[in-house]
Amino acid sequence: MEIERLVKMVNDIARFFEADPDHAEAVKGIVGHITRFWDPRMRREIVAHAKAGGGDLSALAREAVLNLPPVSAAA
Amino acid sequence: MGIRYIDLGTPARRSEREVTLEIDGMSVTVAEGTSIMRAAAEAGVSIPKLCATDSLEPFGSCRLCLVEIEGRKGYPASCTTPVAEGMVVRTQSGQLAKVRRNVMELYISDHPLDCLTCAANGNCELQDMAGVVGLREVRYGYEGENHLKAEKDTSNPYFTFDPAKCIVCSRCVRACEETQGTFALTIDGRGFASMVSPGQKEDFMDSECVSCGACVQACPTATLMEKSVIEKGQAEHSVVTTCAYCGVGCSFRAEMQGNDVVRMVPNKDGHANHGHSCVKGRFAIGYATHKDRITTPMIRKSIRDPWQHVSWDEAIAHAASEFKRIQAKYGRGSVGGITSSRCTNEETYLVQKLVRAAFGNNNVDTCARVCHSPTGYGLKATLGESAGTQTFDSVEKADVIVVIGANPTDGHPVFGSRMKRRLREGAKLIVVDPRTIDLVRSPHVQADYHLKLRPGTNVAIVNALAHVIMTEGLWNKSFVDARCEEPAFVKWRAFISDASNSPEALESITGVPADAVRGAARLYATSGNGAIYYGLGVTEHSQGSTMVMGIANLAMVTGNIGREGVGVNPLRGQNNVQGACDMGSFPHELPGYRHISDSIARAEFEHAWGVRLEPEPGLRIPNMLDAALDGSFRGIYIEGEDIAQSDPDTQHVTAALEAMECVVVQDIFLNETAKFAHVFLPGSSFLEKNGTFTNAERRISPVRKVMPPLAGKEDWEVTQMLANALGYPMNYGHPSEIMDEIASLTPTFKGVNYAKLDRLGSIQWPCNDKTPEGTPTMHIDEFVRGKGHFVITRYVPTEERTTRQYPLILTTGRILSQYNVGAQTRRTANVMWHEEDRLEIHPSDAELRGIREGEWVGVRSRAGETVLRAVITERVQPGVVYTTFHFPESGANVITTDNSDWATNCPEFKVTAVQVEPVTQPSEWQKRFREFSEEQIALLAAREAQGA
Repeated sequence: MEIERLVKMVNDIARFFEADPDHAEAVKGIVGHITRFWDPRMRREIVAHAKAGGGDLSALAREAVLNLPPVSAAA
Repeated sequence: MGIRYIDLGTPARRSEREVTLEIDGMSVTVAEGTSIMRAAAEAGVSIPKLCATDSLEPFGSCRLCLVEIEGRKGYPASCTTPVAEGMVVRTQSGQLAKVRRNVMELYISDHPLDCLTCAANGNCELQDMAGVVGLREVRYGYEGENHLKAEKDTSNPYFTFDPAKCIVCSRCVRACEETQGTFALTIDGRGFASMVSPGQKEDFMDSECVSCGACVQACPTATLMEKSVIEKGQAEHSVVTTCAYCGVGCSFRAEMQGNDVVRMVPNKDGHANHGHSCVKGRFAIGYATHKDRITTPMIRKSIRDPWQHVSWDEAIAHAASEFKRIQAKYGRGSVGGITSSRCTNEETYLVQKLVRAAFGNNNVDTCARVCHSPTGYGLKATLGESAGTQTFDSVEKADVIVVIGANPTDGHPVFGSRMKRRLREGAKLIVVDPRTIDLVRSPHVQADYHLKLRPGTNVAIVNALAHVIMTEGLWNKSFVDARCEEPAFVKWRAFISDASNSPEALESITGVPADAVRGAARLYATSGNGAIYYGLGVTEHSQGSTMVMGIANLAMVTGNIGREGVGVNPLRGQNNVQGACDMGSFPHELPGYRHISDSIARAEFEHAWGVRLEPEPGLRIPNMLDAALDGSFRGIYIEGEDIAQSDPDTQHVTAALEAMECVVVQDIFLNETAKFAHVFLPGSSFLEKNGTFTNAERRISPVRKVMPPLAGKEDWEVTQMLANALGYPMNYGHPSEIMDEIASLTPTFKGVNYAKLDRLGSIQWPCNDKTPEGTPTMHIDEFVRGKGHFVITRYVPTEERTTRQYPLILTTGRILSQYNVGAQTRRTANVMWHEEDRLEIHPSDAELRGIREGEWVGVRSRAGETVLRAVITERVQPGVVYTTFHFPESGANVITTDNSDWATNCPEFKVTAVQVEPVTQPSEWQKRFREFSEEQIALLAAREAQGA
């Protein structure tokens, strides 16, 4: 999928959760949200993008994406 | 069911005290405050009447309902005289008979004697009363002055007004005031010259009349009469069913002659509407039998090919083989489906079941994606359940009503009338809206505060309101301590109390004076029962979910939840959008809002359905469209939705549809999406099927078939055929069997079945062992999630900003006479009120651009451009323009962007930066749209030429 669109979506999610004063909670919130609502192909693509640098991701968004649980190959 | 209904004369009274009296020798016990007329009617004694009807307060003008009361002089009117303990009433005597006969004689002396050819013949209260009182002669003759030659007003497309038949009982005037709250009618003149008059002696169409039908319903004669009854005659049977328009979900009696609907009459026993209706549900049903209905299945290889008429079996086999081919080539996740909020719960359930069980993935979504998905997310996160907390009746106990981003008198008109009635009784009103909606100021209604904010700043306003409540000590500490999670509250309290959330700090962002915000916050927090009602002006933003959570925070911190008169009330858009969400239409949730990753829930469905379910969430609609453009999503089954018109960034949507190899559309019309389809499966209207709809108050109501499906099949039957052709067996014989399966797998529906629905009329879920007859008010002793959860709702400005190139903000909405994409209402006489979408612009913005009323203007955004006619009005504030999206050629969604809610991807329909300027011709998109539409209509005509 168009990676710019996925990046925008993650950055938007991160902007909501970064209001939490507890950084660890914010990261957990983003990870939980993406895991609960994103199709595996979208998760695979955004993780690959973050691993490749993901400079257009906000720092919090990138940290959360890199903490996403792995998507099973079958999904 | 017959078509004559019992009218008890005056409204029911609620009282804990009872009164016992004697009527015609019978002992009768009723609630204190009840009229003698109603007490008698409840005991089976019918007192003659003309000006009284049980939907209106008694008036006491016709003098027909006179009775004798022991110990009292004269003949009091039974409609206006309340019962008293020990009262002894006689409803019949020689003297009463004489008086009544004389009264009737006077009425008939100025009434045409054309009963045999009158449209009300057989259903006329005046005719009935003449019979009841034994009128045999009229001694006064017809030579004197009378009204028999008064001119008939036929201006309204749905009913006529014949003053010659009017008995000036004022029932229509009172219905317009009490029931509808529009005050469009009056009695003009005095004495013999008294006449019912719309507005200032205008035609109905030129007056403020909103054509709700309340006056027609109240009229005891043929004075106000449906044109359909004049044309067809009186019905011979009726069927109770549920309206297919907005989320109010009004109950109607479809009055029938065989399989032909004569008229739709609002059901007095309807729990959502209590006998009221609007112009859409009452009258705009002609679309169901419109010539544009497609009643034969069609297929084609390419969207540039003519449609080919095929049998049901061929169409289904073709669709199934295409889906199988695509999945074999591109993978299991390369196809998906969209369920319909216009179809029944049972049909929606089957479509999502087909996707999960037959397609083997979770790529299912519904139109709530583009309307109330943030409601589901936000209310689940804070309160624990993805639904509103109240009944509509709850508004009767509200002391202060907050309306945020909703326009109830247009979007949910029957509930809007209930709300206006409560406001006339004295409830306070706060409106939060960028536009001056009718509720802000209308007859006998005046908002105490109108927070006319800039579009896109909802969260700033809700935070400012909460800030005032917290920092001024107006919050409900005992409620919060007892009912809410402490750690989350402590965090939220620190956040909201920060000076950055004060009305003063946010004034420059919202454009709302700080003192008005403070005043509104104080009013909401301190006036007794505070009820919040909101609509798409809350959800269709980049912070839609944040705002829903902000509203829930506000209700919790003031303790305005868990009883009648308060609550958080999303006004759902489409008739069954609540039901579509309940039925598992989202890609991450099974029916009953259980997450697909929940192994226990999944195991229950796997056991019942006999398949293994994919544990990962699927694609949402916008994700499906993106995936179509990147080639990983190739086929879609769309039931009763029109994403090519309703979804944002039209050119993106249509490019994605064109990129797919198999688009299957099941609909009653060749809608805009169907023009990109390869398979068309004809759908059935709500009149042609059995099932249930669930309205905005979680009320499950029966939908009953009143005529056979025009295409031969109800929608659930078509889905079942497709599932079977895909190799997944479905063998339901009736929608009640589907509901039984839903109940067995969905805890909140556990106690729902058709027999109970027939017995109770409707049921509000949760309906289970603890609440076998449903749950009117939620979260009474504890929240569904246990403790209420406060969420930090930081205001994040939308990225859709105005610039020199795009200096105005476009916001979109709805109007009374049209509905959603207009597929239904555009095919009715409702176009007489609204025949095209127009652009509202403030006079100063119009003057700056040299725009005059009614002129064509180009509206250009970063996504596209369209052309509309301008309406210059101060309803919108400077810097803001507004339009509707009811007509496809308007291209309102050509302009809207792909910005969306961070949590749910609900599009940001309400904020688009645009430029507006005078133009002389349609936009390039409109020219292409016209060409494409003409081509598609020609391809349809080619099918008809084949003899379809």
